[in-house]
Amino acid sequence: MTNQPINESINQLLYALELADNALIIGHRISEWCGHGPVLEQDIALTNTALDHLGQARSFYQFAANIFNALPADQKANFFSSPVLQNKIAAGENIDEDDLAYLRDGWDFRNVLLVEQPNKDWAFTVIRSFFYDVYNFYFYTELQKSKVAELAAIAEKSLKEVTYHLRWSSEWVIRLGDGTEESHERMQTAVNERWAFTGELFQMSEADKVMLAEGIGIDLNAIKPLWQQRVAEVLQEATITMPASTWMQEGGKEGRHSEHLGYILAELQFMQRAYPNMEW
Amino acid sequence: MTVHSFQEHFDEKIDNEVSIEPRDWMPDDYRKTLIRQISQHAHSEIVGMLPEGNWITRAPSLRRKAVLLAKVQDEGGHGLYLYSAAETLGITRDEMIEQLHSGKAKYSSIFNYPTLTWADMGAIGWLVDGAAIMNQVPLCRTSYGPYARAMVRVCKEESFHQRQGFEIMMTLANGTDVQKKLAQDALNRWWWPSIMMFGPPDDDSPNTAQSMRWRIKRFTNDELRQKFIDVTVEQAKLIGLTVPDPDLKWNEETGHYDYGKINWDEFWNVVKGNGPCNKERLETRRKAWEEGKWVRDAALAYAEKRKARKEKATLAA
Repeated sequence: MTNQPINESINQLLYALELADNALIIGHRISEWCGHGPVLEQDIALTNTALDHLGQARSFYQFAANIFNALPADQKANFFSSPVLQNKIAAGENIDEDDLAYLRDGWDFRNVLLVEQPNKDWAFTVIRSFFYDVYNFYFYTELQKSKVAELAAIAEKSLKEVTYHLRWSSEWVIRLGDGTEESHERMQTAVNERWAFTGELFQMSEADKVMLAEGIGIDLNAIKPLWQQRVAEVLQEATITMPASTWMQEGGKEGRHSEHLGYILAELQFMQRAYPNMEW
Repeated sequence: MTVHSFQEHFDEKIDNEVSIEPRDWMPDDYRKTLIRQISQHAHSEIVGMLPEGNWITRAPSLRRKAVLLAKVQDEGGHGLYLYSAAETLGITRDEMIEQLHSGKAKYSSIFNYPTLTWADMGAIGWLVDGAAIMNQVPLCRTSYGPYARAMVRVCKEESFHQRQGFEIMMTLANGTDVQKKLAQDALNRWWWPSIMMFGPPDDDSPNTAQSMRWRIKRFTNDELRQKFIDVTVEQAKLIGLTVPDPDLKWNEETGHYDYGKINWDEFWNVVKGNGPCNKERLETRRKAWEEGKWVRDAALAYAEKRKARKEKATLAA
Protein backbone atom coordinates (compact mmCIF):
# COMPACT_ATOMS: atom_id res chain seq x y z
CA MET A 1 0.00 0.00 0.00
CA THR A 2 2.82 2.42 0.85
CA ASN A 3 4.20 2.39 -2.69
CA GLN A 4 0.86 3.21 -4.18
CA PRO A 5 0.32 6.72 -5.53
CA ILE A 6 -1.99 8.61 -3.19
CA ASN A 7 -4.56 9.35 -5.88
CA GLU A 8 -4.99 5.72 -6.70
CA SER A 9 -5.45 4.90 -3.02
CA ILE A 10 -8.09 7.56 -2.66
CA ASN A 11 -9.96 6.34 -5.69
CA GLN A 12 -9.81 2.78 -4.44
CA LEU A 13 -11.15 3.97 -1.11
CA LEU A 14 -14.03 5.82 -2.75
CA TYR A 15 -14.73 2.83 -4.96
CA ALA A 16 -14.85 0.48 -2.00
CA LEU A 17 -17.17 2.87 -0.19
CA GLU A 18 -19.59 2.91 -3.13
CA LEU A 19 -19.79 -0.87 -2.93
CA ALA A 20 -19.93 -1.02 0.86
CA ASP A 21 -22.58 1.68 1.17
CA ASN A 22 -24.83 0.04 -1.41
CA ALA A 23 -24.60 -3.24 0.47
CA LEU A 24 -25.09 -1.72 3.92
CA ILE A 25 -28.10 0.37 2.96
CA ILE A 26 -29.99 -2.28 1.01
CA GLY A 27 -29.24 -4.74 3.82
CA HIS A 28 -30.67 -2.26 6.31
CA ARG A 29 -33.83 -1.82 4.29
CA ILE A 30 -34.32 -5.56 3.85
CA SER A 31 -33.68 -6.17 7.53
CA GLU A 32 -36.66 -3.93 8.31
CA TRP A 33 -38.83 -6.83 7.13
CA CYS A 34 -37.53 -9.17 9.80
CA GLY A 35 -40.53 -10.47 11.75
CA HIS A 36 -43.02 -8.78 9.41
CA GLY A 37 -42.91 -10.92 6.25
CA PRO A 38 -46.02 -12.20 4.47
CA VAL A 39 -45.18 -15.82 5.28
CA LEU A 40 -42.63 -17.38 7.60
CA GLU A 41 -40.42 -18.93 4.88
CA GLN A 42 -40.06 -15.53 3.19
CA ASP A 43 -39.33 -13.82 6.47
CA ILE A 44 -36.44 -16.22 6.92
CA ALA A 45 -35.27 -15.85 3.30
CA LEU A 46 -35.22 -12.04 3.51
CA THR A 47 -33.40 -12.02 6.83
CA ASN A 48 -30.81 -14.30 5.30
CA THR A 49 -30.43 -11.95 2.34
CA ALA A 50 -30.05 -8.96 4.65
CA LEU A 51 -27.29 -10.87 6.39
CA ASP A 52 -25.52 -11.53 3.07
CA HIS A 53 -25.60 -7.84 2.14
CA LEU A 54 -24.34 -6.90 5.57
CA GLY A 55 -21.48 -9.39 5.23
CA GLN A 56 -20.51 -7.88 1.87
CA ALA A 57 -20.66 -4.38 3.35
CA ARG A 58 -18.33 -5.43 6.16
CA SER A 59 -15.79 -6.90 3.75
CA PHE A 60 -15.69 -3.70 1.70
CA TYR A 61 -15.57 -1.44 4.75
CA GLN A 62 -12.66 -3.40 6.18
CA PHE A 63 -10.88 -3.08 2.85
CA ALA A 64 -11.66 0.66 2.74
CA ALA A 65 -10.53 1.21 6.34
CA ASN A 66 -7.16 -0.40 5.61
CA ILE A 67 -6.62 1.87 2.63
CA PHE A 68 -7.66 4.89 4.63
CA ASN A 69 -5.41 4.10 7.57
CA ALA A 70 -2.41 3.86 5.24
CA LEU A 71 -2.95 7.35 3.78
CA PRO A 72 -0.63 10.20 4.82
CA ALA A 73 -1.92 12.21 7.78
CA ASP A 74 -2.63 15.37 5.78
CA GLN A 75 -4.83 13.40 3.39
CA LYS A 76 -6.79 11.84 6.21
CA ALA A 77 -7.43 14.92 8.33
CA ASN A 78 -10.48 16.29 6.52
CA PHE A 79 -11.29 13.42 4.23
CA PHE A 80 -14.62 12.83 5.96
CA SER A 81 -16.78 15.73 7.06
CA SER A 82 -17.87 14.16 10.32
CA PRO A 83 -16.36 15.98 13.33
CA VAL A 84 -16.36 12.75 15.36
CA LEU A 85 -14.30 10.98 12.70
CA GLN A 86 -12.02 13.98 12.29
CA ASN A 87 -11.31 14.01 16.03
CA LYS A 88 -10.48 10.34 15.98
CA ILE A 89 -8.11 10.83 13.08
CA ALA A 90 -6.53 13.91 14.68
CA ALA A 91 -5.86 11.77 17.76
CA GLY A 92 -3.89 9.41 15.54
CA GLU A 93 -6.36 6.54 15.83
CA ASN A 94 -6.99 4.05 13.07
CA ILE A 95 -10.54 3.73 11.84
CA ASP A 96 -12.47 0.49 11.28
CA GLU A 97 -15.62 -0.84 9.60
CA ASP A 98 -17.85 0.55 12.34
CA ASP A 99 -16.41 4.05 12.10
CA LEU A 100 -17.21 4.09 8.41
CA ALA A 101 -20.75 2.81 8.86
CA TYR A 102 -21.68 4.68 12.01
CA LEU A 103 -19.84 7.99 11.99
CA ARG A 104 -20.25 9.42 8.50
CA ASP A 105 -23.14 11.68 7.59
CA GLY A 106 -25.20 11.24 4.44
CA TRP A 107 -23.07 13.44 2.19
CA ASP A 108 -20.17 11.03 2.65
CA PHE A 109 -22.34 8.01 1.74
CA ARG A 110 -21.90 6.98 -1.89
CA ASN A 111 -24.68 4.44 -2.36
CA VAL A 112 -27.11 4.73 -5.26
CA LEU A 113 -30.55 6.21 -4.52
CA LEU A 114 -32.27 2.95 -5.43
CA VAL A 115 -31.13 1.06 -2.33
CA GLU A 116 -32.33 3.67 0.15
CA GLN A 117 -35.90 3.75 -1.20
CA PRO A 118 -38.48 2.57 1.36
CA ASN A 119 -39.85 -0.98 1.42
CA LYS A 120 -43.48 0.17 0.99
CA ASP A 121 -44.97 -3.24 0.18
CA TRP A 122 -43.77 -6.65 -0.99
CA ALA A 123 -43.85 -5.60 -4.68
CA PHE A 124 -41.72 -2.48 -4.09
CA THR A 125 -39.31 -4.49 -1.99
CA VAL A 126 -39.03 -7.24 -4.56
CA ILE A 127 -38.49 -4.91 -7.51
CA ARG A 128 -35.83 -2.88 -5.68
CA SER A 129 -34.00 -6.11 -4.95
CA PHE A 130 -34.47 -7.37 -8.48
CA PHE A 131 -33.07 -4.24 -10.17
CA TYR A 132 -30.16 -4.27 -7.74
CA ASP A 133 -29.55 -8.04 -7.86
CA VAL A 134 -29.32 -8.11 -11.67
CA TYR A 135 -26.81 -5.27 -11.48
CA ASN A 136 -24.90 -6.98 -8.69
CA PHE A 137 -24.81 -10.27 -10.50
CA TYR A 138 -23.04 -8.81 -13.56
CA PHE A 139 -20.99 -6.44 -11.45
CA TYR A 140 -19.52 -9.12 -9.21
CA THR A 141 -19.03 -11.46 -12.14
CA GLU A 142 -16.73 -8.82 -13.66
CA LEU A 143 -15.15 -7.72 -10.39
CA GLN A 144 -13.79 -11.23 -9.94
CA LYS A 145 -11.23 -10.22 -12.57
CA SER A 146 -10.07 -7.17 -10.60
CA LYS A 147 -6.33 -6.59 -10.44
CA VAL A 148 -6.72 -6.09 -6.68
CA ALA A 149 -6.81 -9.58 -5.22
CA GLU A 150 -8.89 -8.61 -2.15
CA LEU A 151 -11.63 -7.11 -4.30
CA ALA A 152 -11.63 -10.11 -6.60
CA ALA A 153 -11.90 -12.42 -3.59
CA ILE A 154 -14.83 -10.50 -2.08
CA ALA A 155 -16.52 -10.56 -5.48
CA GLU A 156 -16.08 -14.29 -5.84
CA LYS A 157 -17.54 -14.99 -2.42
CA SER A 158 -20.38 -12.50 -2.91
CA LEU A 159 -21.32 -13.83 -6.32
CA LYS A 160 -22.53 -17.10 -4.79
CA GLU A 161 -24.88 -15.16 -2.54
CA VAL A 162 -25.95 -12.74 -5.26
CA THR A 163 -26.78 -15.60 -7.62
CA TYR A 164 -29.26 -16.83 -5.04
CA HIS A 165 -30.62 -13.31 -4.44
CA LEU A 166 -31.20 -12.89 -8.15
CA ARG A 167 -33.04 -16.17 -8.41
CA TRP A 168 -35.20 -15.25 -5.45
CA SER A 169 -36.12 -11.76 -6.69
CA SER A 170 -36.65 -12.89 -10.32
CA GLU A 171 -39.03 -15.59 -9.15
CA TRP A 172 -41.00 -13.11 -7.07
CA VAL A 173 -41.23 -10.57 -9.89
CA ILE A 174 -42.70 -13.31 -12.07
CA ARG A 175 -44.96 -14.69 -9.35
CA LEU A 176 -46.43 -11.30 -8.54
CA GLY A 177 -46.60 -10.11 -12.15
CA ASP A 178 -48.28 -13.29 -13.33
CA GLY A 179 -50.18 -14.02 -10.11
CA THR A 180 -53.50 -12.34 -9.36
CA GLU A 181 -54.94 -9.16 -10.82
CA GLU A 182 -54.05 -7.31 -7.63
CA SER A 183 -50.47 -8.55 -7.51
CA HIS A 184 -49.99 -7.74 -11.18
CA GLU A 185 -51.18 -4.20 -10.65
CA ARG A 186 -49.00 -3.74 -7.59
CA MET A 187 -45.95 -5.08 -9.39
CA GLN A 188 -46.54 -2.85 -12.41
CA THR A 189 -46.86 0.19 -10.12
CA ALA A 190 -43.67 -0.72 -8.29
CA VAL A 191 -41.77 -1.18 -11.57
CA ASN A 192 -43.03 2.18 -12.87
CA GLU A 193 -42.14 4.02 -9.69
CA ARG A 194 -38.72 2.51 -9.10
CA TRP A 195 -37.62 2.63 -12.74
CA ALA A 196 -36.25 6.17 -12.42
CA PHE A 197 -33.66 4.91 -9.92
CA THR A 198 -32.10 2.37 -12.27
CA GLY A 199 -30.14 4.78 -14.48
CA GLU A 200 -27.78 5.74 -11.69
CA LEU A 201 -26.54 2.17 -11.40
CA PHE A 202 -24.60 2.67 -14.64
CA GLN A 203 -23.47 6.23 -14.13
CA MET A 204 -19.67 6.24 -13.91
CA SER A 205 -18.38 8.30 -11.01
CA GLU A 206 -14.88 9.76 -11.06
CA ALA A 207 -13.66 6.84 -8.92
CA ASP A 208 -15.38 4.35 -11.24
CA LYS A 209 -13.56 5.82 -14.25
CA VAL A 210 -10.14 5.79 -12.60
CA MET A 211 -10.63 2.25 -11.30
CA LEU A 212 -11.67 1.05 -14.73
CA ALA A 213 -8.58 2.63 -16.29
CA GLU A 214 -6.41 0.92 -13.67
CA GLY A 215 -7.90 -2.51 -14.29
CA ILE A 216 -9.28 -2.59 -10.76
CA GLY A 217 -12.89 -1.64 -11.34
CA ILE A 218 -15.33 -2.55 -14.04
CA ASP A 219 -16.98 -0.89 -17.00
CA LEU A 220 -20.56 -0.11 -16.06
CA ASN A 221 -21.40 0.70 -19.66
CA ALA A 222 -20.46 -2.84 -20.59
CA ILE A 223 -22.81 -4.44 -18.08
CA LYS A 224 -25.69 -2.08 -18.85
CA PRO A 225 -26.92 -4.03 -21.93
CA LEU A 226 -26.67 -7.30 -19.97
CA TRP A 227 -28.78 -5.74 -17.22
CA GLN A 228 -31.31 -4.42 -19.73
CA GLN A 229 -31.63 -7.77 -21.40
CA ARG A 230 -32.10 -9.74 -18.20
CA VAL A 231 -34.61 -7.22 -16.84
CA ALA A 232 -36.56 -7.28 -20.10
CA GLU A 233 -36.69 -11.09 -20.10
CA VAL A 234 -37.93 -11.36 -16.53
CA LEU A 235 -40.47 -8.56 -16.88
CA GLN A 236 -41.78 -10.16 -20.05
CA GLU A 237 -42.25 -13.49 -18.30
CA ALA A 238 -43.96 -11.59 -15.50
CA THR A 239 -46.32 -9.98 -18.05
CA ILE A 240 -45.14 -6.57 -16.88
CA THR A 241 -44.71 -3.64 -19.27
CA MET A 242 -41.28 -2.00 -19.35
CA PRO A 243 -41.62 1.70 -18.49
CA ALA A 244 -41.06 4.03 -21.43
CA SER A 245 -39.73 6.85 -19.29
CA THR A 246 -36.05 7.62 -19.63
CA TRP A 247 -35.75 10.40 -17.04
CA MET A 248 -33.49 9.11 -14.28
CA GLN A 249 -32.85 10.27 -10.72
CA GLU A 250 -29.23 10.49 -9.67
CA GLY A 251 -26.89 12.00 -7.11
CA GLY A 252 -26.36 9.20 -4.59
CA LYS A 253 -22.92 8.32 -5.90
CA GLU A 254 -21.89 11.95 -5.34
CA GLY A 255 -23.38 12.07 -1.85
CA ARG A 256 -26.63 13.86 -2.81
CA HIS A 257 -29.29 11.55 -1.44
CA SER A 258 -33.04 11.34 -1.06
CA GLU A 259 -34.60 12.41 2.24
CA HIS A 260 -34.82 8.75 3.21
CA LEU A 261 -31.13 8.26 3.89
CA GLY A 262 -31.10 10.71 6.79
CA TYR A 263 -33.69 8.67 8.64
CA ILE A 264 -31.90 5.41 7.91
CA LEU A 265 -28.70 6.84 9.37
CA ALA A 266 -30.47 8.36 12.38
CA GLU A 267 -31.65 4.87 13.27
CA LEU A 268 -28.58 2.92 12.22
CA GLN A 269 -26.13 5.23 13.98
CA PHE A 270 -28.16 5.93 17.12
CA MET A 271 -26.10 3.85 19.56
CA GLN A 272 -22.71 5.13 18.40
CA ARG A 273 -23.98 8.70 18.53
CA ALA A 274 -25.60 8.42 21.97
CA TYR A 275 -22.77 6.34 23.49
CA PRO A 276 -19.62 7.34 21.60
CA ASN A 277 -16.21 5.68 21.90
CA MET A 278 -17.25 2.42 23.50
CA GLU A 279 -16.73 -1.23 22.74
CA TRP A 280 -19.88 -3.25 22.14
CA MET B 1 -57.83 -54.05 19.06
CA THR B 2 -60.33 -52.41 21.34
CA VAL B 3 -59.84 -48.85 22.57
CA HIS B 4 -58.81 -50.37 25.84
CA SER B 5 -56.02 -52.39 24.29
CA PHE B 6 -54.95 -49.38 22.18
CA GLN B 7 -54.61 -47.52 25.43
CA GLU B 8 -52.61 -50.33 27.01
CA HIS B 9 -50.31 -50.47 24.04
CA PHE B 10 -49.76 -46.69 24.24
CA ASP B 11 -49.10 -46.83 27.99
CA GLU B 12 -46.62 -49.60 27.49
CA LYS B 13 -44.70 -47.54 24.96
CA ILE B 14 -44.66 -44.55 27.29
CA ASP B 15 -43.46 -46.70 30.19
CA ASN B 16 -40.74 -48.25 28.08
CA GLU B 17 -39.61 -44.91 26.68
CA VAL B 18 -40.56 -45.89 23.12
CA SER B 19 -41.36 -42.71 21.23
CA ILE B 20 -44.86 -42.12 19.91
CA GLU B 21 -44.96 -41.44 16.18
CA PRO B 22 -47.59 -39.62 14.09
CA ARG B 23 -49.31 -42.78 12.80
CA ASP B 24 -49.49 -44.40 16.22
CA TRP B 25 -52.74 -44.46 18.15
CA MET B 26 -52.73 -41.90 20.95
CA PRO B 27 -55.32 -40.68 23.45
CA ASP B 28 -57.21 -37.57 22.33
CA ASP B 29 -56.02 -35.63 25.34
CA TYR B 30 -52.40 -36.50 24.64
CA ARG B 31 -52.84 -35.18 21.11
CA LYS B 32 -54.59 -32.03 22.33
CA THR B 33 -51.98 -31.37 24.99
CA LEU B 34 -49.20 -31.71 22.44
CA ILE B 35 -50.91 -29.47 19.90
CA ARG B 36 -51.39 -26.86 22.60
CA GLN B 37 -47.80 -27.10 23.80
CA ILE B 38 -46.02 -27.33 20.44
CA SER B 39 -48.06 -24.58 18.79
CA GLN B 40 -47.57 -22.37 21.82
CA HIS B 41 -43.87 -23.01 21.52
CA ALA B 42 -43.90 -22.22 17.76
CA HIS B 43 -45.86 -19.01 18.37
CA SER B 44 -43.35 -18.01 21.03
CA GLU B 45 -40.56 -18.27 18.48
CA ILE B 46 -42.43 -16.14 15.98
CA VAL B 47 -43.65 -13.49 18.41
CA GLY B 48 -40.20 -13.64 19.99
CA MET B 49 -38.71 -12.36 16.74
CA LEU B 50 -40.34 -8.97 17.40
CA PRO B 51 -38.69 -7.70 20.60
CA GLU B 52 -35.27 -8.57 19.22
CA GLY B 53 -36.07 -7.57 15.65
CA ASN B 54 -36.74 -4.21 17.26
CA TRP B 55 -32.97 -3.66 17.64
CA ILE B 56 -31.62 -5.01 14.35
CA THR B 57 -31.61 -1.62 12.64
CA ARG B 58 -30.05 -0.02 15.75
CA ALA B 59 -27.40 -2.57 16.73
CA PRO B 60 -24.27 -0.74 17.95
CA SER B 61 -21.75 -2.46 15.65
CA LEU B 62 -21.87 -4.30 12.34
CA ARG B 63 -20.72 -7.50 14.00
CA ARG B 64 -23.48 -7.32 16.62
CA LYS B 65 -25.99 -6.56 13.90
CA ALA B 66 -24.92 -9.65 11.94
CA VAL B 67 -25.13 -11.90 15.00
CA LEU B 68 -28.54 -10.52 15.94
CA LEU B 69 -29.89 -10.99 12.40
CA ALA B 70 -28.65 -14.57 12.40
CA LYS B 71 -30.24 -15.17 15.77
CA VAL B 72 -33.63 -13.81 14.81
CA GLN B 73 -33.46 -15.82 11.62
CA ASP B 74 -32.81 -18.96 13.69
CA GLU B 75 -35.94 -18.21 15.69
CA GLY B 76 -37.96 -18.10 12.50
CA GLY B 77 -36.44 -21.46 11.62
CA HIS B 78 -37.41 -22.88 15.01
CA GLY B 79 -40.95 -21.67 14.46
CA LEU B 80 -40.93 -23.49 11.15
CA TYR B 81 -39.79 -26.87 12.55
CA LEU B 82 -42.22 -26.60 15.41
CA TYR B 83 -45.20 -25.77 13.21
CA SER B 84 -44.22 -28.78 11.10
CA ALA B 85 -44.02 -31.00 14.17
CA ALA B 86 -47.48 -29.82 15.28
CA GLU B 87 -48.87 -30.45 11.79
CA THR B 88 -48.09 -34.15 12.19
CA LEU B 89 -50.81 -34.15 14.85
CA GLY B 90 -53.51 -33.13 12.39
CA ILE B 91 -53.69 -29.35 12.54
CA THR B 92 -52.59 -26.96 9.80
CA ARG B 93 -50.21 -24.05 10.19
CA ASP B 94 -52.93 -21.66 9.06
CA GLU B 95 -55.25 -22.96 11.78
CA MET B 96 -52.56 -22.46 14.39
CA ILE B 97 -51.85 -18.93 13.15
CA GLU B 98 -55.56 -18.20 13.24
CA GLN B 99 -55.62 -19.37 16.89
CA LEU B 100 -52.69 -17.10 17.71
CA HIS B 101 -54.33 -14.10 16.09
CA SER B 102 -57.69 -14.68 17.75
CA GLY B 103 -56.04 -14.95 21.15
CA LYS B 104 -57.10 -18.57 21.60
CA ALA B 105 -53.52 -19.83 21.52
CA LYS B 106 -50.93 -18.36 23.84
CA TYR B 107 -47.23 -17.67 23.48
CA SER B 108 -44.56 -17.14 26.09
CA SER B 109 -45.50 -14.09 28.14
CA ILE B 110 -41.92 -12.91 28.32
CA PHE B 111 -42.27 -11.43 24.84
CA ASN B 112 -44.90 -9.04 26.13
CA TYR B 113 -42.17 -7.06 27.84
CA PRO B 114 -40.52 -4.22 25.88
CA THR B 115 -36.89 -4.09 24.69
CA LEU B 116 -35.89 -0.61 25.76
CA THR B 117 -32.13 -0.58 25.36
CA TRP B 118 -29.42 -2.47 23.52
CA ALA B 119 -28.59 -4.28 26.77
CA ASP B 120 -31.96 -6.02 26.46
CA MET B 121 -30.47 -8.00 23.56
CA GLY B 122 -27.92 -9.31 26.04
CA ALA B 123 -30.47 -9.96 28.76
CA ILE B 124 -32.82 -11.80 26.42
CA GLY B 125 -30.07 -14.04 25.11
CA TRP B 126 -28.66 -14.73 28.54
CA LEU B 127 -31.82 -15.02 30.63
CA VAL B 128 -34.71 -15.74 28.28
CA ASP B 129 -32.82 -18.14 26.04
CA GLY B 130 -31.12 -19.54 29.14
CA ALA B 131 -34.50 -20.27 30.70
CA ALA B 132 -35.76 -21.65 27.40
CA ILE B 133 -32.84 -24.09 27.28
CA MET B 134 -33.60 -25.34 30.79
CA ASN B 135 -37.15 -25.98 29.64
CA GLN B 136 -36.20 -27.42 26.30
CA VAL B 137 -33.28 -29.75 26.92
CA PRO B 138 -35.56 -32.29 28.64
CA LEU B 139 -37.93 -31.95 25.66
CA CYS B 140 -35.28 -33.57 23.45
CA ARG B 141 -36.41 -36.77 25.21
CA THR B 142 -40.11 -35.98 25.20
CA SER B 143 -42.37 -38.92 24.30
CA TYR B 144 -43.66 -37.56 20.97
CA GLY B 145 -41.02 -38.33 18.32
CA PRO B 146 -41.39 -35.38 15.90
CA TYR B 147 -41.37 -32.90 18.80
CA ALA B 148 -38.31 -34.50 20.39
CA ARG B 149 -36.42 -34.43 17.10
CA ALA B 150 -37.34 -30.78 16.42
CA MET B 151 -36.10 -29.92 19.90
CA VAL B 152 -32.69 -31.47 19.31
CA ARG B 153 -32.07 -28.94 16.53
CA VAL B 154 -33.62 -26.09 18.46
CA CYS B 155 -31.50 -26.74 21.55
CA LYS B 156 -28.23 -26.70 19.63
CA GLU B 157 -28.98 -23.23 18.30
CA GLU B 158 -30.41 -21.95 21.57
CA SER B 159 -27.23 -22.68 23.44
CA PHE B 160 -25.37 -20.54 20.90
CA HIS B 161 -27.93 -17.77 21.48
CA GLN B 162 -27.52 -18.00 25.20
CA ARG B 163 -23.75 -17.67 24.91
CA GLN B 164 -23.93 -14.65 22.62
CA GLY B 165 -26.41 -12.99 25.01
CA PHE B 166 -24.12 -13.59 27.95
CA GLU B 167 -21.22 -12.24 25.91
CA ILE B 168 -23.14 -9.00 25.21
CA MET B 169 -23.82 -8.66 28.96
CA MET B 170 -20.21 -9.41 29.83
CA THR B 171 -18.95 -6.79 27.36
CA LEU B 172 -21.29 -4.22 28.89
CA ALA B 173 -20.46 -5.22 32.44
CA ASN B 174 -16.75 -4.80 31.68
CA GLY B 175 -17.35 -1.53 29.85
CA THR B 176 -17.80 2.09 30.87
CA ASP B 177 -20.01 3.19 33.78
CA VAL B 178 -22.95 3.85 31.53
CA GLN B 179 -22.56 0.44 29.89
CA LYS B 180 -22.58 -1.21 33.33
CA LYS B 181 -25.70 0.77 34.11
CA LEU B 182 -27.32 -0.48 30.89
CA ALA B 183 -26.48 -4.07 31.83
CA GLN B 184 -27.75 -3.79 35.40
CA ASP B 185 -30.92 -2.03 34.28
CA ALA B 186 -31.63 -4.82 31.80
CA LEU B 187 -31.06 -7.50 34.44
CA ASN B 188 -33.37 -5.62 36.81
CA ARG B 189 -36.16 -5.59 34.27
CA TRP B 190 -35.74 -9.13 32.86
CA TRP B 191 -34.95 -11.16 35.97
CA TRP B 192 -38.43 -11.66 37.38
CA PRO B 193 -40.19 -12.17 34.05
CA SER B 194 -37.48 -14.74 33.19
CA ILE B 195 -38.01 -16.84 36.26
CA MET B 196 -41.75 -16.65 35.65
CA MET B 197 -41.11 -18.29 32.27
CA PHE B 198 -41.12 -21.70 33.95
CA GLY B 199 -44.80 -21.27 34.58
CA PRO B 200 -46.92 -21.25 37.74
CA PRO B 201 -45.70 -23.01 40.88
CA ASP B 202 -46.26 -26.78 40.94
CA ASP B 203 -49.22 -26.59 43.34
CA ASP B 204 -50.95 -24.25 40.86
CA SER B 205 -50.06 -26.03 37.62
CA PRO B 206 -53.03 -28.20 36.66
CA ASN B 207 -51.44 -29.83 33.60
CA THR B 208 -48.14 -30.88 35.11
CA ALA B 209 -49.09 -34.26 36.61
CA GLN B 210 -50.66 -35.59 33.42
CA SER B 211 -47.84 -34.24 31.24
CA MET B 212 -45.29 -35.92 33.50
CA ARG B 213 -47.23 -39.16 33.32
CA TRP B 214 -47.17 -38.97 29.50
CA ARG B 215 -43.49 -38.08 29.61
CA ILE B 216 -44.15 -34.93 27.63
CA LYS B 217 -42.68 -33.09 30.59
CA ARG B 218 -39.76 -34.52 32.54
CA PHE B 219 -39.35 -31.98 35.34
CA THR B 220 -41.82 -29.79 37.16
CA ASN B 221 -41.92 -26.00 36.76
CA ASP B 222 -40.42 -25.42 40.19
CA GLU B 223 -37.61 -27.91 39.65
CA LEU B 224 -36.58 -26.20 36.42
CA ARG B 225 -36.93 -22.74 37.93
CA GLN B 226 -34.65 -23.71 40.81
CA LYS B 227 -32.06 -25.11 38.45
CA PHE B 228 -32.11 -21.93 36.37
CA ILE B 229 -31.74 -19.69 39.41
CA ASP B 230 -28.84 -21.72 40.79
CA VAL B 231 -26.92 -21.48 37.52
CA THR B 232 -27.78 -17.89 36.61
CA VAL B 233 -27.01 -16.31 39.97
CA GLU B 234 -23.47 -17.61 39.68
CA GLN B 235 -23.14 -16.20 36.16
CA ALA B 236 -24.36 -12.79 37.34
CA LYS B 237 -21.74 -12.81 40.09
CA LEU B 238 -19.07 -13.69 37.56
CA ILE B 239 -19.67 -10.48 35.62
CA GLY B 240 -20.35 -8.32 38.65
CA LEU B 241 -24.08 -7.76 38.25
CA THR B 242 -26.61 -7.90 41.07
CA VAL B 243 -29.70 -10.07 40.83
CA PRO B 244 -32.61 -7.84 41.89
CA ASP B 245 -33.91 -10.09 44.67
CA PRO B 246 -33.06 -9.03 48.25
CA ASP B 247 -34.19 -12.42 49.56
CA LEU B 248 -31.81 -14.38 47.39
CA LYS B 249 -29.62 -16.47 49.67
CA TRP B 250 -27.57 -19.65 49.38
CA ASN B 251 -29.11 -22.44 51.46
CA GLU B 252 -26.44 -24.86 52.72
CA GLU B 253 -29.03 -27.43 53.70
CA THR B 254 -30.83 -27.74 50.38
CA GLY B 255 -27.79 -26.93 48.25
CA HIS B 256 -29.87 -24.39 46.35
CA TYR B 257 -30.56 -20.68 46.36
CA ASP B 258 -33.63 -19.56 48.28
CA TYR B 259 -35.41 -16.79 46.40
CA GLY B 260 -38.00 -14.13 47.08
CA LYS B 261 -41.70 -14.17 46.41
CA ILE B 262 -42.65 -14.15 42.75
CA ASN B 263 -45.38 -11.72 41.76
CA TRP B 264 -47.84 -14.22 40.32
CA ASP B 265 -50.47 -11.54 40.09
CA GLU B 266 -48.31 -9.82 37.48
CA PHE B 267 -47.71 -13.14 35.72
CA TRP B 268 -51.41 -13.95 35.37
CA ASN B 269 -52.18 -10.41 34.24
CA VAL B 270 -49.59 -10.58 31.49
CA VAL B 271 -50.95 -13.98 30.44
CA LYS B 272 -54.44 -12.49 30.32
CA GLY B 273 -53.30 -9.72 27.98
CA ASN B 274 -52.43 -6.90 30.36
CA GLY B 275 -48.67 -6.92 29.81
CA PRO B 276 -46.92 -3.82 28.49
CA CYS B 277 -46.76 -5.07 24.89
CA ASN B 278 -49.44 -7.76 24.46
CA LYS B 279 -51.54 -5.59 22.20
CA GLU B 280 -48.63 -4.35 20.08
CA ARG B 281 -47.19 -7.83 19.58
CA LEU B 282 -50.46 -9.34 18.43
CA GLU B 283 -51.32 -6.34 16.32
CA THR B 284 -47.95 -6.54 14.60
CA ARG B 285 -48.41 -10.25 13.84
CA ARG B 286 -51.96 -9.72 12.57
CA LYS B 287 -50.88 -6.78 10.43
CA ALA B 288 -48.04 -8.78 8.84
CA TRP B 289 -50.48 -11.61 8.12
CA GLU B 290 -53.23 -9.41 6.71
CA GLU B 291 -50.90 -7.29 4.60
CA GLY B 292 -49.27 -10.47 3.33
CA LYS B 293 -52.53 -11.97 2.13
CA TRP B 294 -52.32 -10.63 -1.40
CA VAL B 295 -48.75 -11.95 -1.62
CA ARG B 296 -49.76 -15.45 -0.51
CA ASP B 297 -52.74 -15.35 -2.87
CA ALA B 298 -50.48 -14.34 -5.76
CA ALA B 299 -48.01 -17.13 -5.03
CA LEU B 300 -50.84 -19.65 -4.96
CA ALA B 301 -52.45 -18.32 -8.13
CA TYR B 302 -49.13 -18.40 -9.94
CA ALA B 303 -48.38 -21.96 -8.79
CA GLU B 304 -51.77 -23.09 -10.09
CA LYS B 305 -51.30 -21.35 -13.43
CA ARG B 306 -47.92 -22.98 -13.81
CA LYS B 307 -49.26 -26.39 -13.00
CA ALA B 308 -52.10 -25.97 -15.50
CA ARG B 309 -49.67 -24.84 -18.21
CA LYS B 310 -47.41 -27.81 -17.55
CA GLU B 311 -50.31 -30.24 -17.76
CA LYS B 312 -51.46 -28.65 -21.00
CA ALA B 313 -47.95 -28.92 -22.41
CA THR B 314 -47.70 -32.57 -21.39
CA LEU B 315 -51.06 -33.35 -23.01
CA ALA B 316 -50.04 -31.60 -26.23
CA ALA B 317 -46.75 -33.50 -26.39
